[in-house]
Amino acid sequence: MSTRLPTVEGSPEGPENDGPSTFEAPARTASPRLVATLALAGALAGLVLVAVHQWTQPRILEHQARVLQEAVTEVLGGPESTHTYFRVEGAWTARPPADADTASADRVYIGFDATGAPIGVALAAGEPGFQDIIRIIFGYDPGAGVVLGMKVLESRETPGLGDKIEKDSTFVAEFRGVTTPLIGVKAGRARGDDAEVHLITGATISSRAIIDIINHRLEARGEEVRALWRSGIAPPPTVPADPGGER
Amino acid sequence: MSPRVTTPSEDFLRGVWQENPVLVQLLGLCPALAVTNTVANSLAMGIATFFVLTGSSLLVSLLKSWIPREVRISAYILIIATFVTMADMILAAVVPEIHKALGAFIALIVVNCMILGRQEAFASKRPVGRALLDAVGTGAGFILALLMIGTVREVLGYGSFLGVPLFGETFEPWIIMILPPGGFFTLGLLLLAFAAWEERKVERVHPRHWPHGVTVTVETGGDAHG
Amino acid sequence: MGELIWIFVSAMLVNNFTLVLFLGLCPFLGVSAKVGTAVRMGGANLFVLVITSLTASFLNAWVLPHAPYLRLISFIVVIASLVQIVEMAIRKLSPTLFRELGIFLPLITTNCAILGLAIFQTNRGYGALEGLSFALGAGAGLTLALILMASIRERVELSDVPAVARNMGLVLVLAGTLSLAFMGFAGLFTT
Repeated sequence: MSTRLPTVEGSPEGPENDGPSTFEAPARTASPRLVATLALAGALAGLVLVAVHQWTQPRILEHQARVLQEAVTEVLGGPESTHTYFRVEGAWTARPPADADTASADRVYIGFDATGAPIGVALAAGEPGFQDIIRIIFGYDPGAGVVLGMKVLESRETPGLGDKIEKDSTFVAEFRGVTTPLIGVKAGRARGDDAEVHLITGATISSRAIIDIINHRLEARGEEVRALWRSGIAPPPTVPADPGGER
Repeated sequence: MSPRVTTPSEDFLRGVWQENPVLVQLLGLCPALAVTNTVANSLAMGIATFFVLTGSSLLVSLLKSWIPREVRISAYILIIATFVTMADMILAAVVPEIHKALGAFIALIVVNCMILGRQEAFASKRPVGRALLDAVGTGAGFILALLMIGTVREVLGYGSFLGVPLFGETFEPWIIMILPPGGFFTLGLLLLAFAAWEERKVERVHPRHWPHGVTVTVETGGDAHG
Repeated sequence: MGELIWIFVSAMLVNNFTLVLFLGLCPFLGVSAKVGTAVRMGGANLFVLVITSLTASFLNAWVLPHAPYLRLISFIVVIASLVQIVEMAIRKLSPTLFRELGIFLPLITTNCAILGLAIFQTNRGYGALEGLSFALGAGAGLTLALILMASIRERVELSDVPAVARNMGLVLVLAGTLSLAFMGFAGLFTT
């Protein structure tokens, strides 16, 4: 039976070797030359990567923005325009100061209709599901306290069972117009409450995870979002920017 | 130990079948099992690895006289990592859906023992033309192996090939094949099948007609399926 | 705290690095013939994983935001250097251990598990503490998988297995059954 172990340092002899180099070199290269060679190689590599980065980054960002925009539009039910609001130092603003750390700031996406009236707030969140972390985005109407829609962004749930959270359109449709906080009910146990969402048979844990994600997210930020909503928001006057690229 | 001179076609074909990196040498198993749940993903990973392998073999062979022996491994790794980062960025820009499906495993091409192994064993010692042939052969072998595993897993696990459904509505997909155990089973059974096939080949060529009580072990040529 | 526990349990059992995420297969297949070596390899891996995790957190927080495209190169350089240092330390401190591990130490450098940990940690945005929990879980999971496989293989060695099946194919099928068993951990620590 042959198990060829991959040779890395090129020495199957292992312990008999002395020092980091694996063969007896007939003449050792001087250390400055070694360092210089590696430094040069590193510099060249860096240059090449910067170039490729410059070429690819715009496309990558544009794609990410587009995916996010589509998701927000879907869960808010087709707004005319959307704007990203960042949470900077406890306050929500569509135009954060230039030195603010927006990359790690919490954010919501507010959709406006053609007249400039806000129609809903989209929030993204993620929590562990059955197999791994599930990330979703959902639309919320703070005035009525109602979820407008839900879309799964990332999930690794079991194909054929847990992945029904994305694939089962009936389940996804359950989230339209349901009152918060959500209550998950198994099939046949529903009482007709406005806040009830039917769990998928055979995938109760994954379904419950989605409900928990929404409830927990609203527990954390619901108050602030409702306050922001009541304060009356209008689209920022300048040309609408794309929702900030999700990193 | 001076290796006998190999012909160009030997350098190429060797990587494709006899010393297939996945099926014979068992290198690069992480991507071979992780992303082969569909044929499309297998193809994408195979092509990305092919790009990295040929690019770095080419570069290593071109620069072999300038790379000091003591830091050669670090230099190879630097070259490979640069190519992998490039492949990662290009895939994300050009085919974002596939990039998302392959995920972190694109970056893990850099630790695919197969690539470093080829640089150390071949590209650093041979002229550019041969190094390129070797890389192309090994890369092709890698794609071939991934396609074999991916085909089995997608056909049985989704009932489709490259997204095209093969069976009717009544087909109940073998979900297990697209889950991790399916990857292990598929490759394991493939290897067992090859071993059995090799055994038959040996039996046919050297039939064992020995007196009772004498056991003979037969060395099978240069390859090592099992 | 609950999240840290989830990260640990997830990395060790639910999303075991070897049997679910397919990382660290080279040592898994190469070193798992004997329980003793498996334990030592697992320990060495755990140690390197923890240090890698801490270094990756540091790099992600302070150095890499300025040049994200250098992430892969810096990770691999750091890992390679770490392993070199660990190798030299082990050779000084315990020559017996060094002789037993032999080639496997450099193997840790090209071990997808170490680089995989650094990359997953980055993608999930773990801080230092979460990264540590992740690394401990991953190392524990790797060691567990190695020990389980080694125990099985020691028995297989003594069993009546046909000669044609005494190869890596069998080991992979065994790994598949282990992976199947680990699927049972899904849903652990959820409501």
